Amino acid sequence: MTNVKQKKKYLLYMVQVHTNFRRAELESLADLYNIDIDFATYSEDSPFFYVELDSDDVARDWIKRSILTRAIYEYWGDGKTLEELHESIKSQPFIEHYKQIYKNDSFKFEFENYRGGSNKYSTKDRIKQIESFGYLQFEGKIDLKKAKQVYTLIEQYEPISDNIAGEKPTHFIFGRLVQTSNRRSVEKFDLKKRPYKGTTSFEAELSLISCNIAQVKFGSFMYDPFAGTGSFLVAGGHFGALVFGSDIDGRMIRGRSLNENISSNFKHYDDSNKFLDVMTMDFTHNALRSNLVIDTILCDPPYGIRESIKVLGARDPERFVGKENIEIDGEKAYLRKDYIPTKKPISLDLLLDDLLNFASERLPINGRLAFWMPTANDENIETIVPLHSHLELKYNCVQEFNKWSRRLLVYINRGPSFNGPTNNGTKRSTTNFRERYFSNFN
Amino acid sequence: MKFLTTNFLKCSVRTCDTSNDSFPLQYDGSKCELVQDESIELNPEFLLNILDRVDWDAVLSVAADLGNTTLPPNKPVFSSTSVDELNEDEQAVLRDLHVLLVQTNIVEGEMKCKNCGHIYYIKNSIPNLLLPPHLA
Repeated sequence: MTNVKQKKKYLLYMVQVHTNFRRAELESLADLYNIDIDFATYSEDSPFFYVELDSDDVARDWIKRSILTRAIYEYWGDGKTLEELHESIKSQPFIEHYKQIYKNDSFKFEFENYRGGSNKYSTKDRIKQIESFGYLQFEGKIDLKKAKQVYTLIEQYEPISDNIAGEKPTHFIFGRLVQTSNRRSVEKFDLKKRPYKGTTSFEAELSLISCNIAQVKFGSFMYDPFAGTGSFLVAGGHFGALVFGSDIDGRMIRGRSLNENISSNFKHYDDSNKFLDVMTMDFTHNALRSNLVIDTILCDPPYGIRESIKVLGARDPERFVGKENIEIDGEKAYLRKDYIPTKKPISLDLLLDDLLNFASERLPINGRLAFWMPTANDENIETIVPLHSHLELKYNCVQEFNKWSRRLLVYINRGPSFNGPTNNGTKRSTTNFRERYFSNFN
Repeated sequence: MKFLTTNFLKCSVRTCDTSNDSFPLQYDGSKCELVQDESIELNPEFLLNILDRVDWDAVLSVAADLGNTTLPPNKPVFSSTSVDELNEDEQAVLRDLHVLLVQTNIVEGEMKCKNCGHIYYIKNSIPNLLLPPHLA
């Protein structure tokens, strides 16, 4: 049976920040809900993207958890002037149909402007604008609090310069609001308002975006092997996963007090039932049972800037020969509650090899591994991204800073048959990122 | 540490991976201090999802370590994955599971690998799975 269902035209209104991550987020969310999107007309330079979708429900699924968009609208028309816009709306083949469907619904009008600066309209001007849409013949009552339909006029301006907004809109788009995005969560999870945080806490916006690209979803299992203060864990909990983390540094995951730790952050966000636990554990000596399927692994591994890269074991093994026999009060010292094991440094390359191996063993087929990796900008040396034969490198999204950048690497587990290229065991980084960072990349 | 976490933790010593005795760990009931956190609310749909990955034999083993030998011998089966379609008995079982797996917190305690005998501790609800150099 062929499905000849009529598709509808929608307008996606996006934000112009982190545009290197935007398409990855939109594609990942579309994939999560099995939605087919044609990206042929998508551009990183524009906040507008016209798409054809099967229904409003599909549009809602796609955009409801997105961070890098504002909203999605059912498209009604557009033009260079308000007059052109009205002509466009009147000439649409679907317009009589749309008018009929929403005729008796309560409604209101909203206004958005892109790069137009502060509001240039008086209330009187706005009312005049709204009245110019009289030909749509809405008969429902106007309801500013909980209107059933929200119609939005989006005005696009061309700024005169970076600091001076344009005077007159150069484009008008009109549509019916279908779904607002999840952007308000950026505010909710803002680090400034988080009870427990530390120097390694990861900013809210990119934590949430990372979860979307990694496809963290309701009822799934998410693990952060370098949990620190739990920034990715709270983001994952927000999207409904059972989240758990570990860190070799117990101080971070213990927090400052019982009211100021990772668990209390989950209470603060009212997501306590999504939080499993954090454990003091060396990721490379992992205590999670090997047949436990982990749907998503999301982390920001230590790079030696604010935290050293260490694993269990003695830096100088000779010094520790026979120490396992030391007894205190007739008890083996290493079996006592107050015993603190020694740690040794490890290279970032080896740690990342371990991470990729772990992911290939624990992720289900099509499960995602996502982690952040910093690189210096000034070298004319290609950054070598670690690869594993079971993992498809799906995204490599770069966030640029002045002298360095960091990238979100996202892999999909395709299993042994994928047989992809591999570069483990090789020395990928030519210089230590920490040394370069502290020498100011000179 | 939540009771549910005991269902995921094995011994961290690598050479124990080949042994069936490294999971679950053996909890010392006399040294484990349990606290019920009633503030964690039940999300039935979520818990139903999680249950798929729970190893019931390990639940029985750890519960027995901690003094509870009254659990049913088999993992509870639910007639539907939709919470609204569950009957009253099933909803009661789900609430009991929530109390056991999610609300039961081991605040202080110790557990041992049944294969190598290494002892791990739980302090302030956080398990410590680090190893001395001769076991790392």
